[in-house]
Amino acid sequence: MAILDVFDVSGSGMAAQTLRLNTTASNIANAESVAANPEDTYRARYPVFQASLTSALDGGEASSAVQVPGIIESDKPLNVRYEPDHPYANDEGYVTYPNVSVVEEMANMISASRSFQMNVEVLNTAKSLAERVLSLGQ
Amino acid sequence: MRIGIDNALGIHPQALQLRGERTEVLARNIANADTPGYKARDLDFKTVLAAQTNAASQPLRTTNARHLADPTAGQLDSNLKYRMPLMPSLDGNTVEAQVEQAEFAQNSLQFMASLRFVNGKLSGLMTAIKGE
Repeated sequence: MAILDVFDVSGSGMAAQTLRLNTTASNIANAESVAANPEDTYRARYPVFQASLTSALDGGEASSAVQVPGIIESDKPLNVRYEPDHPYANDEGYVTYPNVSVVEEMANMISASRSFQMNVEVLNTAKSLAERVLSLGQ
Repeated sequence: MRIGIDNALGIHPQALQLRGERTEVLARNIANADTPGYKARDLDFKTVLAAQTNAASQPLRTTNARHLADPTAGQLDSNLKYRMPLMPSLDGNTVEAQVEQAEFAQNSLQFMASLRFVNGKLSGLMTAIKGE
């Protein structure tokens, strides 16, 4: 029944947004993490969202739930700061910091939480509609 | 006059079914609001309801075993249309959260209306059966 499929779709949307919040939290928490060599420095991580079309291939309808095929690491250049007293500074006195932009991450966080809220609203509405159907004829 | 439950309820059960399916389509759009390249879809309620009520009276007949069945029969997906976005985003996503939410709210209200019609018809039948 179509109304009950809403739970799957909105649930997958909520799961995807939770993952996005998770990566945002990880990025913000590691915004100042330095490592001994630049290759090991933390890089900003982002989930990739995709509409799943698995059931369409089986001949059914395309129930486009949200799928997260993977998480990518940002290939933006790392932040290099001149801190000669830092224990991890290289020979020229530079330290590489992660390429996390905290402002961008905050915007991402707000967007993720709003999308999550929207999915919750949809789920609640679908639930109350299904409840009304169950009480039909009473 | 013959009284059948189907006849007594009229068009409302089908409308209710379609409203339910549209709920799912709109939920898909909202869930994929951040998916790059996702195209928002919607159901043309009037056309689909007209097609369904006609199909019930005159379905495509297969009189030979080698006739092909209509592959689109009963499938909602072939009736889904793509929404024209007001402001398409750079990543190819055409979902506009506020539009989808408005449509979803409207659709829920229409679902409730259909439900109320069915309920009214059922309680009318109940009264007729009991004869009180």
